[in-house]
Amino acid sequence: MSLEYQNAVKDLAFKYGPENLVVMLGFLDMDLIEIQAITMTDGDPSGVGSLSGVALRLKVYHILEPEIKSQIPQDVYQEQIGLMAITAGPEKIAKISELLQQLRTTR
Amino acid sequence: MKPVIKNYAYTMYHVPNLVRYGSKPMREIEKNPELYPKIHELLRSYFEAVSYPPNQVFIGNIKPDDLRAIPRPWFKNPAGAFRSGKFGEIFSEDEFLGLLKIADVHDYELIWLEKTFTAHVKNVLNENPILQETDLQKIGEGKSIQEIKEKLEKGENFSLPLLYENILVGCFNRSKDVHAQEDEALSPHHLMEGLVAKASGALALKHLIRREGIGPEEIDFILSCSEEAIGDRYNRGGGSLAKAMGEMCGCQNATGSDIKSFCVGPVYAIVFAASLVKAGVVKNVAVVGGGCLAKLGMKFQGHLASGMPIIEDTLASFAFLIAGDDKKSPIIRLDAIGKNNIKNAAKPESVTRAVVLEPLQKLGKKITDIDKYAVQLENPEITEPSKTGDVPRKNYDTIAALAVMNGEITPADMPAFREKHGMPGFSPTQGHVPAAVPYVGHAVEAMENGEIKNAMFVARGSFFLGRMTQLEDGMSFIIEKNPKRKEVKNV
Repeated sequence: MSLEYQNAVKDLAFKYGPENLVVMLGFLDMDLIEIQAITMTDGDPSGVGSLSGVALRLKVYHILEPEIKSQIPQDVYQEQIGLMAITAGPEKIAKISELLQQLRTTR
Repeated sequence: MKPVIKNYAYTMYHVPNLVRYGSKPMREIEKNPELYPKIHELLRSYFEAVSYPPNQVFIGNIKPDDLRAIPRPWFKNPAGAFRSGKFGEIFSEDEFLGLLKIADVHDYELIWLEKTFTAHVKNVLNENPILQETDLQKIGEGKSIQEIKEKLEKGENFSLPLLYENILVGCFNRSKDVHAQEDEALSPHHLMEGLVAKASGALALKHLIRREGIGPEEIDFILSCSEEAIGDRYNRGGGSLAKAMGEMCGCQNATGSDIKSFCVGPVYAIVFAASLVKAGVVKNVAVVGGGCLAKLGMKFQGHLASGMPIIEDTLASFAFLIAGDDKKSPIIRLDAIGKNNIKNAAKPESVTRAVVLEPLQKLGKKITDIDKYAVQLENPEITEPSKTGDVPRKNYDTIAALAVMNGEITPADMPAFREKHGMPGFSPTQGHVPAAVPYVGHAVEAMENGEIKNAMFVARGSFFLGRMTQLEDGMSFIIEKNPKRKEVKNV
């Protein structure tokens, strides 16, 4: 996760309190999803950015997760996210959901 | 008059010693000079670069689809090492330094090459039929190594060393005229970027003219879609590579200008060229894209980390001839140009709809009616180690998903759709070069062979990079087999 984004996330967390923030991911690369989610939960695993050793324990969600989808009007979701959902396919969505759910509950 | 793609040419230049002047390596080496020997160790030989399968696809010796049969990593599975291809050729670094000298306007003396090296370069280039005697004369006699070393002593702000096989063979200078001395837009590095684009684009243009069998004076108009902004401090992007390239190729009856739009530039240029022809403004338009020095070694850190060769060691360029209907070449459908309007902002889904689906709807066609989609064709072997992923694959996933949404295929058909309508990425990551157009030559051949009847070229660009807007850009055009083409039967 870029140093710039780490700084921005850290600033926001200090300003509003980590418990008042959720993170919404919107890309499909599994490696990136994992590394970003870990960075915002446990801190920067590469030890380079400003979140190194800073475990913000932010709640990280992906836009394709069912609990997010259910909160968005269906037509809007279909128009904006429909294509991404088809691209990902149900198996990948389940995988993303499982990974993030684990990070949200066990940390 | 319906515009057609009448001819095409593709050229490459293996320039390992110029990788240090790519934007990313240059910045990182400045911070940590110990990086340079590490990078140098992982650079490839000319033979390795020529036999690299994606490069053989680029110059037309291997079909894009046939790349699938060659196991990855491709750098460990060389193809035949043919420097000449059906579409052009791959220059070695000594040849390219000679070409740079040919591109250097005499009064400016931007590049000095050492005497013995100059003689060597002349010898090598003398055997290449693409260059004329008048080209070779421009190489001159060269300078002594002492003169070059003295020039370099003034520092990087005035002169940069040029190496061949890691040995000093010349230098790249600030222009010697008085106005250039304090102009930050005319620093040796900026001028090197410009001259690299000019020289590499001009060679592609020379190949185009040769392939078409016309005289250079028959070209009326040149559009450069090279990435470099040519200009001085008062107008950093105001200059023209198009005319500079045309001058170098003897296109005495042509004028032209530069088109830029990040990675979408070549698609804009082809659409503009086709429009000029259709409107009857001019007859023969050359669209030329020169190579991009700044992008060399752009993702070298990923390659370094995975211990693989630094495969962004090659510049690439292309040229297309757009002309009126000749009853055989593929037609560019100007009535179905895909454009991403400002209202679509940066929403990736809206961009794909706008540039893929909307033009097809205008023609009453479905997504599956297009035989081949050329998208951003970055070679995945370059991008994957730096976590950028397989760019063409992502694009094909999105187009396949659009076909699902459109009710044309089911989700289970998506992999087969990718295979049939897509292709593996094979283009060097040279900014504008991967913008769908590396497939033009292959598409024309596939139409001639009856393998496809149409193709769509889709390019995407990120305008946020220039910090003036956050808009995402995209544009597409469709080419179709010429209905007037008479089939020649093999006897």
